[in-house]
Amino acid sequence: MIEAILITLSITILIGLVLGYASIKLKTTGDPIVDKIDKILPQTQCGQCGYPGCKPYATAIANGEADINQCPPGGDDGIHKLADLLGVEYKPLNAEHGEPKPKSVAIIDESTCIGCTLCIQACPVDAIVGAAKQMHTIIEKECTGCELCLPPCPVDCIDMQVIPETTENWKWKYPIYKIEQQN
Amino acid sequence: MNISDKIFKFFGGIKPEGHKQISTRNPIKRLPLPKELIIPIRQHVGKMPNIVVKIGDRVLKGQILAEPVANMSAATHASTSGYVKEIKPMNIPHPSGLPDQCIVIETDGKDEWIRLKKIDIENISLSNLLEKLKHSGVVGLGGATFPSHIKLNANRIQTLIVNAAECEPYITCDDMAMQEMTQDFVDGVNLIMHILNIPKTIIGIEDNKPQAISKLNSVLDSSKNIHLKIIPTVYPSGDEKRLIYLMLGVKIPKEKRPTELGIQVFNVATLISIARFINYGEPVISRVVTVTGALGQPNNYQALIGTPIQQLIKDAGGDPSQEVIMGGPMMGFKLPHTDVGVTKAMNCLLAVTDEMKSKASTEMPCIRCTKCVEVCPAQLQPQELYWHAKSKQFEKLTDDYKLFDCIECGCCSYVCPSNIPLVQYYRYAKSEIREQAKSSEIADIARDRNEFRLFRLEREKKERAERNAQRRAQVSDEDKKKLIEEKKVAIEAAMKRVEENEE
Amino acid sequence: MTPLDSPAIKKNMSVSVIMFTVTLALIPALIAQIGFFGLQILGNLIIGISFALILEAVCLKLRHYPIKPFLKDGSAFLTAWLLIISIPSSTPIWVMLVGLFFSIVISKHAYGGIGSNPFNPAMIGYAVLLISFPKIMTNWPSAEQFDFNNFLNFSQLFSMFASIDIVDGIVSATPLDKIKTALFLGEPINNSFSIFDQFNAYQIMSIFYLIGGLYLMIKKIITWHLPVSLILSIFVFSFILHQINPDVFMPSLFHLMNGATFLAAFFIITDPVSSPTTLRGKIIFGVMVGLITVIIRNFGGYPDGIAFAVIFMNIFVPLIEKFTQPKVFGYE
Repeated sequence: MIEAILITLSITILIGLVLGYASIKLKTTGDPIVDKIDKILPQTQCGQCGYPGCKPYATAIANGEADINQCPPGGDDGIHKLADLLGVEYKPLNAEHGEPKPKSVAIIDESTCIGCTLCIQACPVDAIVGAAKQMHTIIEKECTGCELCLPPCPVDCIDMQVIPETTENWKWKYPIYKIEQQN
Repeated sequence: MNISDKIFKFFGGIKPEGHKQISTRNPIKRLPLPKELIIPIRQHVGKMPNIVVKIGDRVLKGQILAEPVANMSAATHASTSGYVKEIKPMNIPHPSGLPDQCIVIETDGKDEWIRLKKIDIENISLSNLLEKLKHSGVVGLGGATFPSHIKLNANRIQTLIVNAAECEPYITCDDMAMQEMTQDFVDGVNLIMHILNIPKTIIGIEDNKPQAISKLNSVLDSSKNIHLKIIPTVYPSGDEKRLIYLMLGVKIPKEKRPTELGIQVFNVATLISIARFINYGEPVISRVVTVTGALGQPNNYQALIGTPIQQLIKDAGGDPSQEVIMGGPMMGFKLPHTDVGVTKAMNCLLAVTDEMKSKASTEMPCIRCTKCVEVCPAQLQPQELYWHAKSKQFEKLTDDYKLFDCIECGCCSYVCPSNIPLVQYYRYAKSEIREQAKSSEIADIARDRNEFRLFRLEREKKERAERNAQRRAQVSDEDKKKLIEEKKVAIEAAMKRVEENEE
Repeated sequence: MTPLDSPAIKKNMSVSVIMFTVTLALIPALIAQIGFFGLQILGNLIIGISFALILEAVCLKLRHYPIKPFLKDGSAFLTAWLLIISIPSSTPIWVMLVGLFFSIVISKHAYGGIGSNPFNPAMIGYAVLLISFPKIMTNWPSAEQFDFNNFLNFSQLFSMFASIDIVDGIVSATPLDKIKTALFLGEPINNSFSIFDQFNAYQIMSIFYLIGGLYLMIKKIITWHLPVSLILSIFVFSFILHQINPDVFMPSLFHLMNGATFLAAFFIITDPVSSPTTLRGKIIFGVMVGLITVIIRNFGGYPDGIAFAVIFMNIFVPLIEKFTQPKVFGYE
């Protein structure tokens, strides 16, 4: 009887020591799961998920406050990747947060722009160049297509242009020569 | 010239029916000038060149139409004299069917050359020569269209390998070019050896070209260290890395380039163009095109770049409504539009035969028979690549199964008993992986910019708060002074009023 | 429809060509079997194959797949053929149909159809019958003389409908059976019979399977890796055991000529779907199947262990493939 208690006690103490050592020596800084989720998100910073940017949304998912199907620019692919990473079930995109749209960039109609800088303050990736009462223009390469600059513009001079498919960005399609299924 | 001894055999490969004799019965034909030339601006791998002519300009034969922009770019020239009729997006020979910027030249029938300057190869520096070659329009005419001046900017090359294999069935343009333009070809080889100080050249040619072999044997100089190696007819012995292995027994993986091991490979047609540019100053304005397949009179044509292909097909006894494949039957693609012009990459126009049409059938499930593994020249596992590509699991494809080592030769699809279009799956997977890598890069940049913006806003807020605190401290001092001043003024005013009242 | 440009030309090969060439290679052995034992096997084949095709059609319909291309490719045909020649020709018809059900429906369609079955379908059917009906499975017809009249004796064709019970007089144990019984009874086996009086029907059928298999290798339907590794493995391991104790373990030639060794080597383990895809993997597979077969034959409870050995090794195929991936061109 007494031997059983001693053996169990010593095993417990040993495991406790190992765990204590590990928790100090092998501690990780930061919150890696948030970074991993953030790596999957498309970084459009559009806010359609309900959070002011991709990092806050990633933090919310990690805390369990947000669901994985709230990001339209990430599409179905993104939801699948998040489901795989977190080990949860895949869900289709929540339509309340928007529909996936083709990739587009914003363009300012320079004849209408009044130089008010409201759009510059709205852009989450600082892709608009300009100053007060000077012409504003959008750096096409940096624009993520988040559309946050459209509402603040008082003269409605910003439009979204879909990126056209040219021979440079054309890619081969999935071969759809499946066996016809009779349903 | 001695016939070198050892030929290394590469793993895999197939031996399809050659169909070469139907287009080699007659010599290369030259057609009369077409009425219009449709010349795409970009016919090479690299950046779009800058157009230097405008609508209405008169251009001469060989005049430059578009200048190269960066190093990875090449020039485009007018193939005959005439007037620039239009500059707009038009149909080009591309599998997507999407249009690209083209120049349409209305020919004036005079075929007037621009003033040509031959290059004095003995008295020109390498960098000057490469600059001139950049403006010569010479790109890899075997189909890859890689700008050749970049390939010539290499040093310490020990062996030049000439790709005279022409392994794909039906294509015979290099065969006929070697038979008829033999002197230009040999000049090209000698020039490259001279420019890059290459001690040894091996010409790799398949054994199904007996006339070209005997012609070369009679012309090649034995003292010049140019060897002719005859290889068995196996597809794809014309692939660069397979050819290098056949000639030298050296295996080159994807990451390395042949120049790192002192080897450079050039195609027959490219060498002929280089010779004509250096010896006569002629830029690339035409090429030999094999027009073959289900036609009345298959033949090879020396076609001007931009010639509407319908003219060639009609002369070869074909029908305008026929389906045409650009390239060979293994690696070529069906042209979505046939109202296009000849480009530098167009080595063959293959009219689809009934036999080819009868082979198209439904894709059945993979039965793991591994016939594809037995024929893959890159020694890959095509069935693993297929399963991963089909189920869209792209993570393992690049590193574990080496998808990007696939040369899309089509040997696997050729033997598959279940009629699976394997090459289409690999092309799809490669496109998806490349696009994912690109969007991941763009996302990283966007994330950095967003983080910097948040940092900048924080910084601005802090600076503003500091300034406010300072101003408040300053303003209270001044405020006090003002109050004292105001009070003084008020007191003086009051005192004045008292004095006036007393009077 | 597969498009024209991927590539536009194709070799004249399809799944049905493969399956029917394999069937062609099985025909000499079938003729030998009819000559020795009568047309009963042909009757079995006709009924069994028809039933298998009907089962396959029903399964395809239930899975919403088009029936014609899949039936045409001959895989159900071949699976049924292999199962039917593995079981005694005097098997009652309902037993055969149960076996076919397990082969076609459970082992093939329940796992996703052709190309997705992890286990060899014919062997699953055979294993189920062997475990469920052991007495029937060991009642092979006695070895007879080759008789040309057997080809004309059409009454034998559907004799399975006539008899319900097995008459003990016309069936007997196979040589492997005799060895197993002798081992259990503790008798030294050398007394049972000598090796070289055995050019009986079963041995001649084995030789025909060998000839059919060589024909398949010449036609490049199968590669040499699987058959050679299995045959050599059985030869070597039974040789080792025979050297250790000649009284208890039969010599290697016996093991090669009896049982289903050549049938298995050329036709059973070469089933492409359930065997490894890498060449080194195939050799490992063949060697292990041979080892396990020899163990079961000499130490196990069943007279012939090929079926269980094959099914057991089918489990390890993905693992074998993972560790025998060959080097890609250019990588050292």
